[in-house]
Amino acid sequence: MPVNFMPTPQELFRFAPEMLLTLVATIIMVLEPLSGADGKRKFAVISFLSLAAAIALSVAAAGDPGAAFSSMIVVDGFSTFFRILVMVAGVLTILISTNYLRMEEHESGEYYALVLFSIVGQCIMVSANELIMLFIGLECSSIASYVLAGFLRDDKRNNESALKYFLLGSFATAFLLYGVAWIYGTTGYTNLSEIRRVLLDPNSNQNMVVISAATALMFVGFAFKVSAAPFQMWAPDVYQGAPAPVTAFMSVGPKAAAFAMFLRVLMTAFEPVKDRWEPLLWTSALATMVIGNFAALRQTNIKRLLAYSSIAHAGYIMVALTAHSDIGTAAAMFYLASYTFMNIGAFAVVTYIARKGERHVEIQDLAGLSQRRPVVAAMLTIFLLSLTGIPLTAGFFGKFYIFKAALDANMVWLAVLGMLNSAVAAYYYLRLIVVMYMQAPSDEMEELPAPSVGIQAAMFAAAAATVFLGVFPSVVLDYAGKSASFIR
Amino acid sequence: MNLLDILLIIPAAGFLLTLLLPKDNPALVRNFTLFVSLIAFVLSLGLIGPVQSNPGHMTFETNTQWIEYPSIRYHVGLDGLSLWLVILSTFLTPIVILVSWKYIQNRVKEFYAFLLALLFGVLGVFVALDLFLFFVFWEISLVPMYFLVGIWGHDKRIYAAVKFFLYTMAGSALMLIAIIYLYNKSGTFDMPLMLDMMQKGRLALNGTEGFWLFLAFFFAFAIKVPLFPLHTWLPDAHGEAPTAGSVMLASVLLKLGTYGLVRICLPLFGEAARQNAAWIIGLAITGIIYGALVAMVQPNMKRLVAYSSVSHLGFVVLGVFTFTQVGLDGAVYQMLNHGISTGALFILVGMLYERRHSLEIADYGGVGTSAPWLSTMFVITTLASVGLPLLNNFVGEFLVLQGAAQVNFLYAVFAAIGVILSSVYMLWMVQRTFYGETPSEVKHHVNDLSAREWAVLVPLIVMMVWMGIGSQSFLPAVSAQNAQILELMKKPAAKEVANAR
Repeated sequence: MPVNFMPTPQELFRFAPEMLLTLVATIIMVLEPLSGADGKRKFAVISFLSLAAAIALSVAAAGDPGAAFSSMIVVDGFSTFFRILVMVAGVLTILISTNYLRMEEHESGEYYALVLFSIVGQCIMVSANELIMLFIGLECSSIASYVLAGFLRDDKRNNESALKYFLLGSFATAFLLYGVAWIYGTTGYTNLSEIRRVLLDPNSNQNMVVISAATALMFVGFAFKVSAAPFQMWAPDVYQGAPAPVTAFMSVGPKAAAFAMFLRVLMTAFEPVKDRWEPLLWTSALATMVIGNFAALRQTNIKRLLAYSSIAHAGYIMVALTAHSDIGTAAAMFYLASYTFMNIGAFAVVTYIARKGERHVEIQDLAGLSQRRPVVAAMLTIFLLSLTGIPLTAGFFGKFYIFKAALDANMVWLAVLGMLNSAVAAYYYLRLIVVMYMQAPSDEMEELPAPSVGIQAAMFAAAAATVFLGVFPSVVLDYAGKSASFIR
Repeated sequence: MNLLDILLIIPAAGFLLTLLLPKDNPALVRNFTLFVSLIAFVLSLGLIGPVQSNPGHMTFETNTQWIEYPSIRYHVGLDGLSLWLVILSTFLTPIVILVSWKYIQNRVKEFYAFLLALLFGVLGVFVALDLFLFFVFWEISLVPMYFLVGIWGHDKRIYAAVKFFLYTMAGSALMLIAIIYLYNKSGTFDMPLMLDMMQKGRLALNGTEGFWLFLAFFFAFAIKVPLFPLHTWLPDAHGEAPTAGSVMLASVLLKLGTYGLVRICLPLFGEAARQNAAWIIGLAITGIIYGALVAMVQPNMKRLVAYSSVSHLGFVVLGVFTFTQVGLDGAVYQMLNHGISTGALFILVGMLYERRHSLEIADYGGVGTSAPWLSTMFVITTLASVGLPLLNNFVGEFLVLQGAAQVNFLYAVFAAIGVILSSVYMLWMVQRTFYGETPSEVKHHVNDLSAREWAVLVPLIVMMVWMGIGSQSFLPAVSAQNAQILELMKKPAAKEVANAR
């Protein structure tokens, strides 16, 4: 069948944000060797502005939703939501990175180019309507993240982190690709809508064992990317070892994108066989919550603690996925948005506290922060209360919507166990607050300089968003609710 | 916007404004927060008239949308049940601010800011009519108390604060699930609307649902009350908190639990409440006696008063689950009494601590000779607490016992043992502390009341006497609303039959 491969202007417009970011990232790569050692700050500015422009383009593209490039990607409310979310995560990451990189004497254009490439990959992941496209997006995002995780190449822990992330990540994507191959082999399609059509067709006579096996293989890949049990082991080591701003980025951007593709694949292509994957997800959701929360209880390193906490949060979002309803999808979208702000906010504070060489990332380093830097302590308290799920913060409504979706889907036990898990979580978040507010700073502590403008901006923006979503959740939730039903 | 909305806004605004005040001027912070709390108190007095003229119905109702979907509304209102609890909260806040005037010397700004935030939270719980809003305020009230105990408490403060927080979190987690379940069932969070639907038969819970939902709410409230055997956080939190924290915790925060029982558990799950009343009353009576026995052997005054709270709150729960008019009236009245007299006890113990820097009873003796007025106040409060006629607790305890006797005479007999034991442990403490020989530390350090302390204690003593001899000023409003609740508890079917006749 002859296919016209020339994209129409309309299709190009739908893909414009990705094209812009790729272009800018490439230009930064070219300009990087030409700029002097003290001229690196401009790359941060350039990538910041290009992300702002890309956000504007995504908003514009949302005005004309539809598919592009022979239905390889699709621009709908769902993809627009996540495109903007990962870009906002990118903006915040750049804000907290600049000073960090200068401090570590590693400021270079490549860092920003990699962040942009990673975001391009995530944008493709969230708008892919096709398994191959999805894989390309995933690899694009992952490879950039592998490099970012080991960006300080003289640092031992950075190297460990990057290597672990790379080896285990490639292993997991191989599983995903294998699953894609099986699906293609049995249904003859890689397009999500076509797969759905075949699976729904009563005459297609599919071998359910093959379909189930393929789903399970793809689940391995997805679960790895969202750090869901039993494929969460990499997260603590990688998060702890990577540079703090990169950890901030990895724990939200790629994770949100991975959840988006997870949702889209489950809710479109594999929705007809939901009976087969629902128990799998149910178990994984519960295991993820329990492992994340209980392992976090005993951590003394803040980055590692937040890594386990991010596993636990992945568990809550898995609960929303298990509900497999539009309400569940909307709840997961809202949760990911709130999680992005509260987690980047928390990591912004960690980046600030860590200082040169990240020597101050133990919980005890927070001692007396409320007296040394009251504003920073107050911000971190907001983020931690939100992660705990206390009302008037975004995290509370996130949990509320997720457990509401679970109850709507008659999963009372999962909801009860999930809520009890969040009570356990209160303990380790409180520990940080205890140290900040209820312990005096020790005398040996070095002076804590005022946070840089970038970190301040990121903190305030994230805190404002956390509180805003906690008081007026409708703004985001209404949008999520409208875009939760996919084009199938 | 009516008076009640303004009353809610004042502490919230006061909290934010206090945060903006300069850190190095504690006097300004103290005066400002005292001013804010006094305004709140004076305004709250304006609520009495309108509510008392129509106590069985919601007055000062506001019902506007907060979140469109799922429909969450800012729905608040006041009736005879919540009126006095609101006033108790606004009455005690200026008092605890005055109590802390000298005692709190570090991080003054944060301390007073948290006190106002706490007032905001508890007022919200008492007036919320939307279950979601109720839950939001319920959790909000938790955070400032956690900081009050954890930052300004005694040696084991961090342990106590975390324990307090986690206990309550565990309870409220289940409550949230129950609230969402009710929403999925009824399509609303609005309590009056839900009750209306139940009465008209449009919302029916089957036996299993009713049982589990009741249990989820009951568990959350029982932790807060605290009902034996869920009380173990209380002696720690009370014992370690600074005076202001102990007072607010005992007088107001514990009432959130008993208030929740009366406001939510009884009317919404009347059937389940009735079925489970026997073992709950059993636990309440066990708590009454156990609390009293443990209080008796406490060497630490604060922990003694804390255990006495377990005992007193057992009376409240007993009264609630008799489902009789007198029992319920007595329970609600006892909530107020406990707020006044136990609050006063904590304040007096705090005053002793400020002088002698010890909470151990053994470190005292003969305080009566070196501080006669302080001792007099302490003795009056003690007598109120043990239920001497003409003072406030007598009225509540009497009504509760009467209600219990109506249901089963044995309940009243066992509960009355608690009354006797309470005079044992309280009077024994008074004897060891205020009489006998005066150690030299006591002689040198324990001086008599200052003008500020007089200002703190006199209103409390006046209230003890007034509530003891003038219960008619308070009880009718409570009774009217309790009658409504008991009416709602009747099975809709039974009522239809009654109407048909």
